[in-house]
Amino acid sequence: MAAVKKNLPMNRREETLQDVVIKFAGDSGDGMQLTGQQFTNNTAMLGIDLATFPDFPAEIRAPQGTLPGVSGFQLHFSSDKVYTPGDLCDVLVAMNAAALKVNVKTLKPGGKIIVNTDGFDAKNLRLANFPEGVNPLEDGSLDAYEVMRIDVTKLTRESLKDFPDLGIKEKDRAKNMFVLGFIYWMYSRSLDNTITFLKEKFGKKANILDSNIKVLQAGYNYGDTTETFTSRYRVEKAKMSPGNYRSIMGNQALSFGLIAAAQKSGLPMFLGTYPITPASDILHDLSKYKNFGIRTFQAEDEIAGITASIGAAYGGSIGVTTTSGPGMALKTEAMGLAVMLEIPLIIINVQRGGPSTGLPTKTEQSDLMQAYYGRNGECPMPVISASTPSDCFSAIYEAVRISIEHMTPVIFLSDGYIANGAEPWKYPQSADLPPINAKFKTELGDGELKYQPYIRDEKLVRPWAVPGTKGLEHRIGGLEKQNITGNVNYEPENHQTMVKIRQEKVDMIANYIPEQQIDCGAEKGKVLVLGWGSTYGAIRSAVLHLLSEGYEVSHAHLRYQRPFPKNLGTILRNFETVLVPEINNGQLVKIIRDQYLVDAKPYNKIMGIPITRTELIEAIRKLL
Amino acid sequence: MIETANSPVAPVLTAKDFSTDQEVRWCPGCGDYSILAQVQKIMPGLNVPKENIVIISGIGCSSRFPYYMNTYGMHSIHGRATAVASGLKATRPELSVWIVSGDGDSLSIGGNHTIHLLRRNFDVNFMVFNNQIYGLTKGQYSPTSEQQKVTKSTPFGSIDHPFNPLALALGADASFIARSMDRDPKHLQQMLVRSHLHRGASFLEIYQNCNIFNDGAFEIFTEKSTKPTEALFLEHGQPLVFGAQQEKGIKIDGMRPVIVDLNNGVSKDDLWIHDEKDIYKAQSLVRMFDDPSVEGHFPRPFGVFYQNERACYEDSMKMQLEEAIALKGPGDLDKLLRGREVWEIV
Repeated sequence: MAAVKKNLPMNRREETLQDVVIKFAGDSGDGMQLTGQQFTNNTAMLGIDLATFPDFPAEIRAPQGTLPGVSGFQLHFSSDKVYTPGDLCDVLVAMNAAALKVNVKTLKPGGKIIVNTDGFDAKNLRLANFPEGVNPLEDGSLDAYEVMRIDVTKLTRESLKDFPDLGIKEKDRAKNMFVLGFIYWMYSRSLDNTITFLKEKFGKKANILDSNIKVLQAGYNYGDTTETFTSRYRVEKAKMSPGNYRSIMGNQALSFGLIAAAQKSGLPMFLGTYPITPASDILHDLSKYKNFGIRTFQAEDEIAGITASIGAAYGGSIGVTTTSGPGMALKTEAMGLAVMLEIPLIIINVQRGGPSTGLPTKTEQSDLMQAYYGRNGECPMPVISASTPSDCFSAIYEAVRISIEHMTPVIFLSDGYIANGAEPWKYPQSADLPPINAKFKTELGDGELKYQPYIRDEKLVRPWAVPGTKGLEHRIGGLEKQNITGNVNYEPENHQTMVKIRQEKVDMIANYIPEQQIDCGAEKGKVLVLGWGSTYGAIRSAVLHLLSEGYEVSHAHLRYQRPFPKNLGTILRNFETVLVPEINNGQLVKIIRDQYLVDAKPYNKIMGIPITRTELIEAIRKLL
Repeated sequence: MIETANSPVAPVLTAKDFSTDQEVRWCPGCGDYSILAQVQKIMPGLNVPKENIVIISGIGCSSRFPYYMNTYGMHSIHGRATAVASGLKATRPELSVWIVSGDGDSLSIGGNHTIHLLRRNFDVNFMVFNNQIYGLTKGQYSPTSEQQKVTKSTPFGSIDHPFNPLALALGADASFIARSMDRDPKHLQQMLVRSHLHRGASFLEIYQNCNIFNDGAFEIFTEKSTKPTEALFLEHGQPLVFGAQQEKGIKIDGMRPVIVDLNNGVSKDDLWIHDEKDIYKAQSLVRMFDDPSVEGHFPRPFGVFYQNERACYEDSMKMQLEEAIALKGPGDLDKLLRGREVWEIV
């Protein structure tokens, strides 16, 4: 560990906790995301289970000190299994008055508030819309909480008095390191991983590097030497299944899953995309891995992103395009082309609040209907979703497998909550990943006089013949095809045949995916909570809680939205009531009712934030 | 990468080898027939294996083209052929990629992709069949239709100012800019071959007559009686000369081109000598876009306006990949998945 004073005052005690939810909140320029991520990595490395929830404004730099400018990072860590970032916080770090005002309602009674007192001057109070003369630090409104006051700004500047080259602005930029150092002290942590991180980030700028380390240590030492803080805390390792772990975020897991699929299939990968929140990080990530042969193309718009990927797929690459709701709308016509061409293509939608531009940085599950039905004509495509940050890895890997082995575009749904959330991940070994069988047609078969691009195998899959293959020259396009030959054809019977074939081909994928499992609870019973996507953690922890109280409730979580697993109908009918919680106005529930004639009940929250465990427990209880 | 069958001794092909069994369905008399014939004629001479040729089109009359070419081909969606071709070329640089598009497809709905394809400089051949009308949707004005044009959608005359396609292409930093016409098969063949030979994005505008909805739009440049005075054929290193007896020329006076009479004591040595590499001259040439009915107008140039080599996108992309591999070694999946901060639970 780096040099840290070790003269513990006599009255110090260290307490062991099972479970902590902490939220770092400050101005969007205060570096709260970085602080949260650093504390997350430090926590993960100790084998403590965790889940995170970054919550930041759409504006890069909203007016400083204002309520819309507040950026938050919530982390739930525990020696027990963690499924959600936590409903309410035990600890709130508030860098200014606005951060306190926005977040205090999510704090548990008796919770701790660590405030930067400098962020509560007259100007900050006014910007946070406190009435003239009202200061929450002085008016008793926080009496229900334990408030720890630290003048972070002053202490940061003081600790940097030996850095004459740094201006006040530059010094103040290190405030978050003071807080991080203090929190490290509070939770009995080492500073090592953050110092390594700072060295990598500022290695060439010695002054910035040294000042950040200095402030980080100052924060730690402040906790250590100031006698006001009498308790330190420790959270023990979680009992997770044995193996090697790392921390991973959803978009990062998605990138890794794509790279793994490219490696295992032996096909080159091409990402054609246009930046959009919250999907852009996939582009940022994949563009780093050129030595894996990944080609990334930042196109001029969403349409060029997907159509360039179609061009790449036509040439034999795994074509990928990434976007979020509004971009998905723009790509619609091209998705129809991919369905007609029957070529592999991965369309990733990291959902956000809609409609239109909606809530760019907030999460929602409101594009399921769009994925299902949002194209002209009869245009079926498989739909697959991820349920947690690390699940993005295996879910996208499966999406690529289906796309290639079934020669079809696939829609993959993630959302802002999963994309930016982090959790420990027992990462796989490449040798253990399932195979992806990609095969091109390379020559005419025995007795074949001419290549028939729309001839099909038992899975109704057509052969993939790529340009450059001698003797297999052929033309494909968006006009209706004649069955087998692929020639343009407008005959009535042929169109009906082709529409039915395209549908059956997608339906038949149900024969090549696993059956639906019950995640927890019995196979039969009173209430089944059926979820998809990022509601996984909340549903699981709510159902586990109710099971522990002896209720008859089960949880099933769908990875495959289209086609559904073959046994889903049977599962649904094994329960008296089916509840479908979603972060939308009721989408999966409509599809379930439509396909299975089951009177499924919706539970909806459309606030741009995840459903909490507490809310769900209450909602499920009403049905029990 | 995908292996391509590049046999060293390719059998000699003819134009017929490039035609398909599909019935050509353009209106009788359409200029597209000539363009198809010229493309089929030059293909055997390019020394590119047939299986390495890909024709990508968008939507419009011209975009039926791939169905009639016995190569690889894709009839994609409206305006996006350029983007499809970009993805294909980025991943398969060894293919000879030809884009077939019309004035609506490439300058209206697909205008965005057109300029970006040109600035990125993919090594593709981009043919724009310009007939100054929407044919497939039966006769609305296009972004190249002249102002005042009366069409189905402009009964009182179009108020849209038209694009000057070559000026637009030059503005997007196209590395090859040329113009030809359906009614001059020889010239068109030359321009097609030049497009192919250029390494980079070749923008070839082809004046194409739509005899149903816009018949005679380019008659003044194509008819025997007016062609010599209205069309100016550019040749690298040669003076700009036109007229029935080659009696007129264009000279540079200060910053501006002027038309001069060669019988008036002006010799060919005084004229503007065409230089395909000169972007300043190219900027003047693309601006010779006058309405032929205006007194004292410039003739319309045909030929290669500009040609210069610069890095092609797919080459730079490939180079970055190779450099990354040279620097870091080929990607190690297990190392990637493991990352740097790992802990073990026992």
